[in-house]
Amino acid sequence: MTAGPLVVEDATIGYGRVAISEGLSVDIPEGEFTVILGPNACGKSTLLKALARMLKPSAGRVLLDGKDIHSQPTRAVARRLGLLPQSPIAPDGITVADLVARGRYPHQGILKQWSAEDERVVAEAMAATDISELASRGVDELSGGQRQRVWIAMVLAQQTPLLLLDEPTTFLDITHQIEVLDLCAKLHREGRTLVAVLHDLNQAARYATHLIAMRDGEVVAEGAPADIVTADTVQQVFDLPCRIIDDPETGTPLVIPKALASARI
Amino acid sequence: MLDTPRAATEPVARSRTARRVLGLLALVAVLAVLAVLSVAVGSRAMDLGQVWAGLTDAGSDSYPVVTELRLPRTVLGLAAGAALGLAGALMQAMTRNPLADPGLLGVNTGAAAAVVTASFFMGSFGFTGTVVFAFTGAAVASVAVYLIAGAATATPARLALAGAAVTAAGYAYVSAIQLMDAATLDQMRFWSVGSLVNAHVAPMLPVVLLIGGAAAVGVLLARPLNALALGDATATGLGVDPRVLRVAGIAAITVLAGTATAVCGPIVFVGLVVPHVVRAFTGPDQNWVLPYSMLSGAAFLIAADVLGRVIARPAEVQVGIVCAVAGGPFFLYLVSRRKVARL
Repeated sequence: MTAGPLVVEDATIGYGRVAISEGLSVDIPEGEFTVILGPNACGKSTLLKALARMLKPSAGRVLLDGKDIHSQPTRAVARRLGLLPQSPIAPDGITVADLVARGRYPHQGILKQWSAEDERVVAEAMAATDISELASRGVDELSGGQRQRVWIAMVLAQQTPLLLLDEPTTFLDITHQIEVLDLCAKLHREGRTLVAVLHDLNQAARYATHLIAMRDGEVVAEGAPADIVTADTVQQVFDLPCRIIDDPETGTPLVIPKALASARI
Repeated sequence: MLDTPRAATEPVARSRTARRVLGLLALVAVLAVLAVLSVAVGSRAMDLGQVWAGLTDAGSDSYPVVTELRLPRTVLGLAAGAALGLAGALMQAMTRNPLADPGLLGVNTGAAAAVVTASFFMGSFGFTGTVVFAFTGAAVASVAVYLIAGAATATPARLALAGAAVTAAGYAYVSAIQLMDAATLDQMRFWSVGSLVNAHVAPMLPVVLLIGGAAAVGVLLARPLNALALGDATATGLGVDPRVLRVAGIAAITVLAGTATAVCGPIVFVGLVVPHVVRAFTGPDQNWVLPYSMLSGAAFLIAADVLGRVIARPAEVQVGIVCAVAGGPFFLYLVSRRKVARL
């Protein structure tokens, strides 16, 4: 198996002197929709931050296209790798079109200002996320679900083959969660490599084509959802006794937590 | 299909751009009028003919007043106002804090501390000496704030805290020295109010070069600052290194605000208020906010200086006082009328 576009090689990652993961190795396969999951504080967001070069490993390396990500110019990396962080900030009074346009940053320069190409890419990104009619609205007037689609459009305008999404469904109600995940699945079908951190096991099992399950800073299981979403793995990762059935909609694994004897009615 | 959204949004975007360009042209025109007024108005008022003669005819009566006093004062007022307006806009963009001003980096306290220290140990010295000491103090203070905030790991919140701490300590130090030594108090009194009266003896060329150079750097930061406005994480994703951007920003602010403060004293108000008013008109795009803040800062300071020369004729009120008296209520009105913009 050849190495994927993003590889973590024997890395120690953490904040200051506190190491969250030690000797961590992860290979993000090309063309897959990878979902990283695990209980709170398992190191999944830390791993995503390392993949996005927001954290520099104190030992080991993160490789983008086979080269150390920290040795490449950050703007060049930004043309390969897009990031939607957990809580991005929308400046007061900014319009949807202006926010999406800021995704063009790594493609512009002092001598290469706003071009017709930029205009076209921004219009396409807004059309792909179905927010074209909102273009001249203020971002602060939008609902949570609309706003998340605007942010995804901004990352799309960056035109990167790789997309990292840190908990893109948090704070959204269930309808908007599904809407955002359907959009992610569409982007994946169109050929992008996606990596997302998700909380919901069943959503992860339904949408991911590749799963990375983490606990205590280590990868516990890795592979296709059908192979690794088993009662044993769920017990091992989440300490949750459960049964696994086939999702009647999609046929993917569906986790049914066991009812405790004492809680049975 | 893809053309529909463009067709719908383009006219809106275009009319907004037209409005911003027109506003910029209007601002330049206002600035030109204010500059002429600044040369014409004073204890000896001139008409336009005398102003023109003063600028062009070395033999005319008005020539000495215009070239030696009022022209340097006008040029310096324009430069200092532009520097303070731009420094304020940069500071607010960099810290994503709408209440930030260059004083938050300790620029004013640093300058004051250096001037009182020098005055305490060396007695009195000329205006150029004051400028040099004040600039050095401002630079040292902002570097100190940056280092205390954690240098490369500095976040907007840590910068604000470190700035507040250095300002508090510096203020206590300045007060202590002034209480101990009456001569120092005297030397400081004039400078610390903020005034353009000494403009004619200021080292004009270095001041204009420093401010011009730093302004060029500052305006070039508009696009990365637009990315930083979306949060440090998003900015990193877009290919901006927030640490590098902060170093460049702090360097530009230090030179801009440090030079302006050294020459005309700590006039905080321009840096705080001007970017606010500007954003209400331009929106959050730094490509517009920065040049607008620069021109508006220059217009505001010059207007305040001219007003100060008119209201108490033949004496004059220092520009720092006019700025605070005119700007204070205006700022209160702004804050009460519309919610303070989050950045």
